[in-house]
Amino acid sequence: MTIALFTAIVFLGALLAGFLGALTGLGGGVVVVPLLSLLLGVDIRYAVGASLVSVIATSSGAAAAYVREGFSNIRIGMFLEIATTFGALVGAYLATRLPTATIGMVFGVVLLISAYFSSREPPQSDAGHPPDRLAHWLKLEGRYPTPQGEQSYQARGVPLGFGMMFGAGALSGLLGIGSGAMKVLAMDQAMGLPFKVSTTTSNFMIGVTAAASAGIYLSRGFLDPGLAMPVMLGVLAGSMLGARVLVKARTRSIRIVFALVIVALAIEMIFNSIKGRL
Amino acid sequence: MITDRQVEVSIAILLRAGVLLAAAVVLLGGILYVAHSGHKPANYHVFHGQPKDLRTLGGVIHDAISGSATGIIELGLLVLILTPIARVVFSVVAFARERDVMYVVMTLVVLCVLLYSLLWG
Repeated sequence: MTIALFTAIVFLGALLAGFLGALTGLGGGVVVVPLLSLLLGVDIRYAVGASLVSVIATSSGAAAAYVREGFSNIRIGMFLEIATTFGALVGAYLATRLPTATIGMVFGVVLLISAYFSSREPPQSDAGHPPDRLAHWLKLEGRYPTPQGEQSYQARGVPLGFGMMFGAGALSGLLGIGSGAMKVLAMDQAMGLPFKVSTTTSNFMIGVTAAASAGIYLSRGFLDPGLAMPVMLGVLAGSMLGARVLVKARTRSIRIVFALVIVALAIEMIFNSIKGRL
Repeated sequence: MITDRQVEVSIAILLRAGVLLAAAVVLLGGILYVAHSGHKPANYHVFHGQPKDLRTLGGVIHDAISGSATGIIELGLLVLILTPIARVVFSVVAFARERDVMYVVMTLVVLCVLLYSLLWG
């Protein structure tokens, strides 16, 4: 295959991945990496490098829309970024050392878990819980707009949430994904934050987390210009398109279709890792 | 009086400008790359990393200035990596204006991790 044809195919695939990623809230990375490594036979280290770059692009590109809504909490985000960035360093170092089959296997398992959470309705977080002294001291609280007017909230379960964020960062650095799903889980389930606050704060954190691995990827030669170029441009364009459609479309059926696609990719990924083909 | 919200919104707009700039640079490099090397075979099956000059900040800038297509793409990627880092820098300033020492320190920790990765990773 010539470079021109390869670039065109990768761009179209990345466009679709970015579009679906925005519609389902999972991000483009979870589709881009299997697409490149399974369908096009790209070494998984090049694939995660290109995917990570596209993750930064979508996060920073969407920031304006999220901030305007007034849900994201910059203090909670920054506090938890201490965990995600250290995790990302660890993950990126692991990516440079682990055999590709191991990375593929972890990727497959993470895909399966993501599919489960993406097909589920967003659970209700219980807003009323006793005041948490640690959260109060760290100022992990805020107010957000609801149809019933402004509501205040406060975090709880800070150590658990912080620990999960370290894990989310490590997965991001190891697999070149945003791990937005795990970040949201840490915030709305472990820390009891409102779902809207969790998703928008997560988006804000994804770019910073990914930037922490990017330097290591760069110095280890994971960032291939010829591959990262169509992936970044495709995912960015696709996610911008997806964000527009999202406002109008009912996403329930899309979520289910997407979850099935991810399950298929996950099984393929795990199977190929066992066979030593990744 | 400038509110937190307004600061955040202007940072977000700057971020988007950064991403669009990065995308434009990557696109320019990409057009040159496909025009020059489009007919060659694509080979990503085997990992051999990048040449040494595309692994360091100085090397990328040097290559981009000399007009190399891959150097220009990589420069665009660097601009992109810098956008979240810029956001963290702005946050340090924003917390400092509020005299929130605890959050200035936390944000500086995050900034150090990012700079460590980029400069010594």
